[in-house]
Parts: sequence; structure tokens; C-alpha cells
Amino acid sequence: MKNTSLWIRTVIILGITLVGIYLVFGPRHTPTSADFTWQGIKNNLANNINLGLDLKGGSHLVMRVKTEDYLKTLTVNNELAAVQAAKDAKDENSQPFPVGEGSYVAENGNYAFTVNVNDPTKAQAVVDAIKKKVDLVNWTESINGGAINWTLPKQMQARLKEQATDQALKIIESRINAFGVKEPTLQRQGSADSGQILLQMPGLENPERVKELIKGESKLELMKVVSPPNPSPVQTYNTEEAARQTIGGKDSDTRKVLPYVERDETVIKAGQQPADQKPTKFAVVEVPAVVDGGELRDAAAVQGRAGGSDYQISFSFKPTGAQKFGDWTGKNIGNYMAVVLNGEIKSVAYIKSQIFDQGEISGKFSKNSAEDLALTLKSGALPAAIEYQEERTVGPSLGADSIRSGVTASIGGLVLVVLFMLFYYRGSGVNAVVALALNMLLTVGALIMFGSTLTLPGIAGLILGIGMAVDSNVLIFERIREELRLGYLVPEAISLGFDRAFVTIIDTHITTIISSVILYITGSGPIKGFAVTLILGLLINLFTAVFVSRTIFNWELSRKTDMQKLSI
Amino acid sequence: MFNLFQNIHIDWLGKRKIFIAFSIFIMLAGLISTIGRQYTPGGADAFNLGVDFKGGTVVVAKFKGERPSDDAIRESLHAVGVSDPVIQASTDKPDEVLIKVPLVENTSAQAETPPAGQEGGGSTDNKAQVQAGRQTVKSALDSFGTEAEGDASLESSPDAVYKIVGTDSVGAVAGSKLRNQAVTATLFGLIGILLFIAFRYDWTYAAGAVIAVFHDVLMVLAFFSVFQWEINLTVIAAILTIVGFSVNDSIVIFDRVRENLAVNRTDSLFKITNESINQTLSRTIITSGLVLLSVLALVIFGGEVLKSFSLALLVGVVLGTYSTIAIASPIAIWWQNRLGEAKIKDVLAPQTPGEKLASSSRRSVTRRPVTR
Repeated sequence: MKNTSLWIRTVIILGITLVGIYLVFGPRHTPTSADFTWQGIKNNLANNINLGLDLKGGSHLVMRVKTEDYLKTLTVNNELAAVQAAKDAKDENSQPFPVGEGSYVAENGNYAFTVNVNDPTKAQAVVDAIKKKVDLVNWTESINGGAINWTLPKQMQARLKEQATDQALKIIESRINAFGVKEPTLQRQGSADSGQILLQMPGLENPERVKELIKGESKLELMKVVSPPNPSPVQTYNTEEAARQTIGGKDSDTRKVLPYVERDETVIKAGQQPADQKPTKFAVVEVPAVVDGGELRDAAAVQGRAGGSDYQISFSFKPTGAQKFGDWTGKNIGNYMAVVLNGEIKSVAYIKSQIFDQGEISGKFSKNSAEDLALTLKSGALPAAIEYQEERTVGPSLGADSIRSGVTASIGGLVLVVLFMLFYYRGSGVNAVVALALNMLLTVGALIMFGSTLTLPGIAGLILGIGMAVDSNVLIFERIREELRLGYLVPEAISLGFDRAFVTIIDTHITTIISSVILYITGSGPIKGFAVTLILGLLINLFTAVFVSRTIFNWELSRKTDMQKLSI
Repeated sequence: MFNLFQNIHIDWLGKRKIFIAFSIFIMLAGLISTIGRQYTPGGADAFNLGVDFKGGTVVVAKFKGERPSDDAIRESLHAVGVSDPVIQASTDKPDEVLIKVPLVENTSAQAETPPAGQEGGGSTDNKAQVQAGRQTVKSALDSFGTEAEGDASLESSPDAVYKIVGTDSVGAVAGSKLRNQAVTATLFGLIGILLFIAFRYDWTYAAGAVIAVFHDVLMVLAFFSVFQWEINLTVIAAILTIVGFSVNDSIVIFDRVRENLAVNRTDSLFKITNESINQTLSRTIITSGLVLLSVLALVIFGGEVLKSFSLALLVGVVLGTYSTIAIASPIAIWWQNRLGEAKIKDVLAPQTPGEKLASSSRRSVTRRPVTR
């Protein structure tokens, strides 16, 4: 009876060991004879473990946020808003101000816009009215007759550029994290207002996709289409000119022409050919947009109703956006609404009923492009477009030389530990060394299984795990020795030693696992890497130091039932 | 059987005043070092923060033919006073290497007054910084041969060995965000530890263990400030490891105290704790000794880049063991005695020390019959 349970334990241990050996050293393809050579095993090991940037290197990308575009957009938007505010305002006699067209300058480091008032005496009143609606604290104003001019000072330009870069940095970070790039480093490069960002990330299978994902602009707007309401079909035009004719030949402050591209898969150009693209049409929409991407709360790729490879993006709004959208849809039942992405109409729908917080972008997306698009939408729009300036692959940031010496030193340390255990605990030391080796094999195997990336903090977690594994063995052995000194027989001493030490081991392990789980939840990057390896190492140690080690002792006992002396 | 440290009867707790005085001394040294350095004009910062935390200058150097090894380049930078450069090979261009050096402190003071023009304060400072970084790297690389200066290309100048093909300033990899996050994550982790030990043992033990952890981390930081060892990202990993090690060590001894208390209800807590420390001493010395040995190997043979990491571990391992005996146990006992006194005043009845441990459970020491 006793022996059957021993056999069961042994089979479990051998099975898990084999799985561990396969995970760590096994090929991920159909095995060939080459996989059993020393070189083949080494290659497989190198392929199986994902090493981080600090240990292996990866891509080094320098990109630049086009901050001048950001300032230009800011200038244009402020001009539009200021003119609108001036036109909306009334003077003390409830008469509209005589406001003309605005103009702007946005080049060569000059960013300024002008609002023209036909009656110079009203200029100050217009300024006051505009400042009530539009936030222009950063701008220097000057009034020259009827022309009111706002200029962005150089210092303010630098500060805004810096802010835009920081904002882009945060957005890029959230995008690469959401995509699952493990432990990248992201830092600003160049002077504060240069807009440069340096990204280093570990080797990836598809760096092009990540690059596209990072610079995806994904500017989402929901706009009203100028068209007779449903049931008439939506008003579209076959040429841009035809559409523009209807709004007096050029885009105005309230209406503009946008291309309407149906069934376009290449939003994030993932390299595929566009599928059955229909000719581009054009539609007239009202500006400003009803709501835009800034109001998004969430976005996700969902499979289209037709099923198959057709994907769409469903999104929901934050409360403020939902309120705006709800009010607008309530007033516009029967009208057409366009979903505009990066300045192109993706889909047009008529409003059946009041909608508050849900919407979707249909159009024929592939799974990848829908997922990437949802991700970029969720992370928010970049303040300005991004261009790549430099790309290279780099070696490990810790330096190949120092990694080699670190590995040598660690192996040296491990050998010392093994020698000591064998010397001090004799026969039982073998037991401990087997448990320790199995612990390391399984921990690395578990890391591979979960697809974790090993970095230096991860190795620190591994070291602490191994330290606690050694400690578990020492605790058990010292306890067995104590019981032997108290006069217990060998089997009793082993049993008592394990039972008593087990309480301690459980307490120390659970304490550390609890704190590591908290580190994993609250921490990021390197801290997470540390926590993951430590948690895995400790869970596995409960198996190796207690279960495996105990089984080996039981084997010895079952061979010699009346063991008088234990080699410990 | 080969035994060390049997039948030892050291009065550890009797020496607690010496221990605590020693700890306070080191922490004061750390405090004086951080405050002193911070407020001495022209002096170094409280901590020697590396490129990871501070940012600096990145220089791309292109070599003619075989490029010197990472270690050789690191050595040359040491020679000109850069203690902690980051050397990164460019694997797709094998003759190029990226060298990151931390901010040079005093140059920013020189370039403090921006010109009257509207250049925007930051960028001139930045240029001076990049220039200083380039100069430092150049003076180091000149030990390998001359640079192809100015517009001369590497190929056209026969004497030149290398050329600096790019310089730029870089921000910190680990900004204040990561630093703060590491601190909050660790604090939350400690709260978890506190709750679990309180649940399994007693509040007093939980407090002792967690205060000991704080003690260890502060002491390690004191060492880093006093000796101006460089703090980089790897030190965060080391400190997390130290926290784990210190707590582990405390629990092993608390567990023994709990067991002894359940068996022996007449002796004073003071005596029982001393005994427990002595009983587990052989385990403590073997475990800590083995970990210390491995870390020592890392300090001696682990190379320059891992130096901060291995030094932090070395100090931390020693402290983790020390603090269990010198800090965690005295605090737990001191607190329990205070609670005990309070209780005696309340109920006016003498109590044995063992009963003061309200939540220490007996079930953990029930010896199961041995089955054969």
C-alpha cells in the first residue's frame, strides 16, 4: 500500500520533469536528430527563452513627433473657434459684431492668427467676447485697428512642443504595453522641444506592425452629413468638385467635403491588398464634429454580424461625450451621421433613435487591423503625426561582456552552494541538489510556458527563489538533525522534520507570494518581471523542496525499513 | 554527522541596545551623507544616480576595422572619470557602438544664463550638456587612437581610428514615475506582509518584521549614499530581493518562537526568543552564508555593470539576517511587553508571557503520530 503511493508520487515527479525538460530544451518544431546534439539543445534553449532588452538587445527606434504640425493645428483651431465666438457674441445692444473672415500664419516658427472686425471701435469688445469662450492665455494679443492678432511666443511654443512630446510618449507607452511588447524602454531624446523619442524594445516577430501601431493617428470624429433625411438615400457625389460646388466651391467654417471610402481594409496599412475597393465617393459634412475620439471611453474589435473575417470596431463614450451624443442624436432622428476616421468617412448611418454611449465603425476590417485600430483609438489620438528618424538593432543594454561575466559568476556561486550541501549534508545533500536542479528547470520551464520575458530583475527574482529553495532544504535538514539528537528514530525524525519545517516553509512562502502578487498588480515593467519569476519559483519550490525531497527520502526508507543511521 | 553551531546560548536580546545603537549610527551616517551632499554647494547629489534615472548624452562612435570590446571601452571611460556608462553594441552595424554617459553636473551651472534671444531656456543648456558628454567620450576614446575630426570621413583620414557619428541627449529611462511606482508597489506589498503575519502570528510580530524591512532598505540606501555607489535600474531589483530575504528570515525565527511558546508556557518571552534564535542559528548561518557566498561571487566576478546590483544584495543579505535578530525580535518583544503591562493593569491578575500571544495558534505544533 505504502509502495503504491510512493510509485504514484514518483510517476508524477518524472512526468513533470519530462514536461520541464521539453519546455526548456525541446524544439518547437517536429524533432529531428539535430535536436539531440549539444548544439541543437543550445539552440532550442536560446529560441525558447525570451530574453529582454537588457540581456539580448532589440530594436532601437528614434522617432519625432511633428510638433510644428501640432502647433499649426492649434493655431487653425483657435482661429476657427475665435471667429465663431466673435460671430456668436452680441454687443450691448444685442446686435452681432461686424466680424470678417479670420486668417492665420503657421510656418517658420511663427504661429499667429488674426480676427478682423470691420468696426475698429468694437475691437476690444470682440476680444472680451472671444476670451470668454476661447482659452488664449498662452497667446500674446495685439490690436491694430480692426485687426486683432494673437501670436504664440517662442517660449510658449517650446513649452507646448514639450507638452505634446510628453503626451505622445504616454500614448505610445500605452499602445506598446497594450500590444504586449515586453519591457520596452521609452525615453525622450534631444533637447526638450525637439519632439524626439527613443524607443528600445526586445526582438519582435513583427516590428513593422508595431511601428505602424505606434504612429497610427486614429483620429475619430462623428459628423453630421449634409443630406436629405432618411428614407431618401444619403447624398453623395462622385467627384470632389461636384461636392464642393454645393458649398460654394471651398470648405467653409461650418461645412467641408470629405472622401467616403467604403470597404477599405488598409486603415492601418498592415501590408495587405485592399479588398474589393469601391470607387471613392464624396460627401459634405458639418463641422465641427458632434463628438470626437477624445470622448471615447473604450473601443474593441468585434466580429461583424456576417461572421467570417469581417471585423468592426465597437466603441463607447465617456459620460460627457455620451451626453453630447445623446442630445445631438435626439434632435437628429432620421438624419445621416458619418463615422470619420483620419479625415475619411468610413461609414454612414441614419439615426433611428436617440443613442447615448454606444457606436460602431463598420467597414471591412481584418482581425489585426480592427484590433490595432481599437487599440490606437483607446489610447487616444496622438497630438501630431510621428515620423521615424533612425532605426537600428542593438545589443544588450547591460553589455554582452558583463552578461557573460555575470553568468559565469552565478554558475560559480551555484557550484559553491552544491558543493557545500554535498559536503555538509552528505547523502541528504544529493537529495537537496536534485530538488534544487528540478526547481530551476521547472521555474525556467514555467517562464517559457507563460511567455514571460526574462530581464535582470527577473533574474533577481530567480536568485531569491533559489535562495529560498536552499533555505527550505536547510530548514528541513536542520530540523531532522534536531529530532535525531532528541533521540527519535530515523523514519520518525524524517517525518517530524518535514512536518515541522513545512509549517515554516509555508509561512515564508505565502508571505513572499502575497507581497509578490501585490508587486505584480501595482508595479510595472521591471517590477512585474521580478514578481513573476519569484512567484513561479516559490510555487515550484513548494513542490520540489517538500514533495520531491520527501519522496526521495521515502524511497531510501522503503529500501531499508530499519534504517538506523541517516546520512545527513 | 557533521555539525556546526550546536548548543549555543548567546544572549542576543541582551545586546539589543548595542545593535540598535549600531543601526542608528549607520542610519545617521546615511542621513548626514544625503543631507550634507544635497546642500553642499557644488557637491555631489545625495545619491549617485545613473543614466537610467538621470538621463545623459548618447554618443554613437564608428570605428575603423575591429572595434574595441565593450569592456575596453568601459575601462577607457573609467579612466576619464565616468563610473557608469552604458555601452550598447549596434548589431546591424558591427563597427558602431552606442555609449551613454550620465549628465555632467557642473556644465549646467556654467551654461545657466540663456542668451537674451528667445531660444527657450532648455536647449542651450542641452547643447552644453551634449557637448560636454561628447567631449568626455572623445577624451576616453582617444586612448584607442585619434578621431577623424570635423567633416573628415573615417575613410579619408588614414590616421584616424574612430569617428563620433552622432550625439544627442537622452532622457531618463526610469523617470520619477517608475521610481514612485516601485516605492508604492513595495509599500503595498509590505502592507500585505503585515496583514498576513498578523493573521498567522500576531500584530507585534508583523510590526517587528516590517520595521526590520524598512530598516534594511534604509541601511542599504545609507551605504549607497555614503560610498556613492551608482543607483541604476538594477538596484530596484536588488532592493525588492532584499525585502523578500529579510521577511523570510524574520518568519523563520518567529515560527520557532511560536512553536516554543506553545510547548513551554512558563519561561519568559525574552528567554524563549533568545532560545529560538539560538536553535535556528545553524540554519540562519548556513542559509545566509550560502546566499552571501553566491552574492560575493557576483560582486567579485560579476563585472562592472552588475556591481551596483551585487553590492546592494551583499549589504542587504547581511542586513536581512542581522535585522531579524537585532530589530525584528526586540521590537516584537518590546511591544508585547507593553501590551502585557497594559493588560495586567486592566485585570489585575498575573499572566504568563505565553498567554500574551493572543493569536499564536497551537495547532501548528501538534505533532502528528508517526505512521510506519
